[in-house]
Amino acid sequence: MRREIPLGITIFVGFLAIVSFFSPPLEGLGEDFTLFFDIIAVFAFFLGGGNLVRLHLTKLLKKKRDWGFSVVTLVGFFFMLAAGLFKIGNPGDISASVTAQGSLFATLYYNVHLPLSSTMYALLAFFVASASYRAFRAKNREATVLLLAAFVILLGSTPFGQLLTNWMPGGIDILEIPNLAVWVMSSPNLAGQRAIMIGIGLGVVSMSLRLILGIERTYLGEDRG
Amino acid sequence: MIASGCTAGAERFGSYLKLATLATFLIPIVGFSAFAQENSVVSADSVAVATVAPVTSLVVEDYRYDDGENLALTWVPSIDDQPVGGKVVGYEIFQITDSGEPEKIADVLPGVSSFLATGLHAGASYRFYVTARAETSSAPSVISAALTPHREWINWGLWNLMLTALVVGGSVMFFIETARRGHELFVRKIAGLEAVDEAIGRATEMGRPILYIPGIQDMDDVQTLASLTILGRVAEHAATYDIRIRMPVSRSLVMTAARETIKAAYQAAGRPDAYNEDMVNYVTDEQFGYVAAVDGIMVRERPATVFLLGAFFAESLILAETGNSVGAIQIAGTARPAQLPFFIAACDFTLIGEELFAASAYLSGEPKSLGSLKGQDVGKGVAMVAIVLGVVAATLYALTGAAWLQAFGDWLVAMFTIAS
Repeated sequence: MRREIPLGITIFVGFLAIVSFFSPPLEGLGEDFTLFFDIIAVFAFFLGGGNLVRLHLTKLLKKKRDWGFSVVTLVGFFFMLAAGLFKIGNPGDISASVTAQGSLFATLYYNVHLPLSSTMYALLAFFVASASYRAFRAKNREATVLLLAAFVILLGSTPFGQLLTNWMPGGIDILEIPNLAVWVMSSPNLAGQRAIMIGIGLGVVSMSLRLILGIERTYLGEDRG
Repeated sequence: MIASGCTAGAERFGSYLKLATLATFLIPIVGFSAFAQENSVVSADSVAVATVAPVTSLVVEDYRYDDGENLALTWVPSIDDQPVGGKVVGYEIFQITDSGEPEKIADVLPGVSSFLATGLHAGASYRFYVTARAETSSAPSVISAALTPHREWINWGLWNLMLTALVVGGSVMFFIETARRGHELFVRKIAGLEAVDEAIGRATEMGRPILYIPGIQDMDDVQTLASLTILGRVAEHAATYDIRIRMPVSRSLVMTAARETIKAAYQAAGRPDAYNEDMVNYVTDEQFGYVAAVDGIMVRERPATVFLLGAFFAESLILAETGNSVGAIQIAGTARPAQLPFFIAACDFTLIGEELFAASAYLSGEPKSLGSLKGQDVGKGVAMVAIVLGVVAATLYALTGAAWLQAFGDWLVAMFTIAS
């Protein structure tokens, strides 16, 4: 029964979701199911938080390797939790919003959390450079084509690219670098993206049918379908 | 000569005299006329202050393909509703139920000639009228005939999507049944999935863990589900070769589901004792907080193999580049086209879009699952034929200008467009 009930729910909800898409009286069901999911996810958050605390407390108490990071995690977790739960430093009373300007929670969020997130995001610039360097090395024929396309697009996006080829006469102005860049983006690139999107759409249909028909059950903890 | 000249002069003088006389009469008449016209405009304005013309041709129709809760109203705007110098400042829409008093349900702007009445009840009948409103006056339209909104159980406006779903879904089911009966099905090799064994073997040789990242979306995302099905296969291999799996997740429900999946895989491999709940741990729902934690794990534990399979956003390249920097063999896959180039640039193998969904069927090798992949191919075939036909029709239309080619092209576009 531990597998049959979730499987039954999956089949029932799956078929109902498909039918509701085509049936106006049932079309609100999709939103209802999303709401049910959100409610379940809120309860599951306690499991996640509990797991986080237990794991790091164990690490700290047993003085495992890198236990110092666990101290930072636990202090950060409980400090933020207390700031939000008890509304420490809220300008209004307890009924005021937890994110009210001036509250400890908002101060921590805007002055600690956001800068840290932005720092992580900013790393992307360096990683783009290193990944591009590897991707654009002309190791083989495909990589060379990729390199040329990237070169045209990068150059076509700069005033220098326009300056280089704006002398071309009207009949062959498609060969101007900015025009070539637009062509690469709007023709081969878009065609490739659409092909991938069609494949993804069909893949989702096939995967969904496997789930709804109960052929795919690995996610339920059952190894064989 | 002189006489004739005098006569001509006299005649010319006579003509001038006639003109002058005519002008003497005409100028006051024209002047009076202009004066009168000016006064008449003033007079018309003063009338307009008092009245405004109503809207005409009010039509109420049942709104198609709904739950019987909408009626569509259209009307011809008042003739006083003009973009420049118009007197109408707006329209008020009134609804009359079976037994009720008129109730104003909406105000709409001048120039508007339609309205969708919502929140109605199937079975009840409704009448409407529209009042054109000026600064100091208003004019109601004729009240419409009573109409009952009808409930439609099937949205036939989506017939094309229904047909496509039936063809693709039917093909998938047909091939599943074909495979169930024992027919052998050919599935092309997917390099990224062929490399799974190699990647696990590498972790075995190096004695380092496998890091498995299922994306940052929850269990309601089909990519996460696809990722967990692949996890089951990977975990079974890991259990067989006694390799440690490390799986930090950003969603609590994914943590619970992943634990069940790994536990079942260890049982299937005959190693239930080797399963440890802490293989999967929750980190945070915050995108970049999660990235920081995973990057830290990569740098500290230096996994031999990294799987990045699921829904990824801006963090895709940060994770993949960090994995690359620690020398891990990386197998990535996502159905987000914007992230695919990053994975291709930074990972050893990438499952592109549909390959992510095909992975579990491919790895399991079960006929029923493989059958679903063949059904998917039918859908691809239909898409390819439609694209080729569309391109040919558009090209021939450009060359010949034949109307039927354009009509055919438009039909193809409509066939694959979801009606709003």
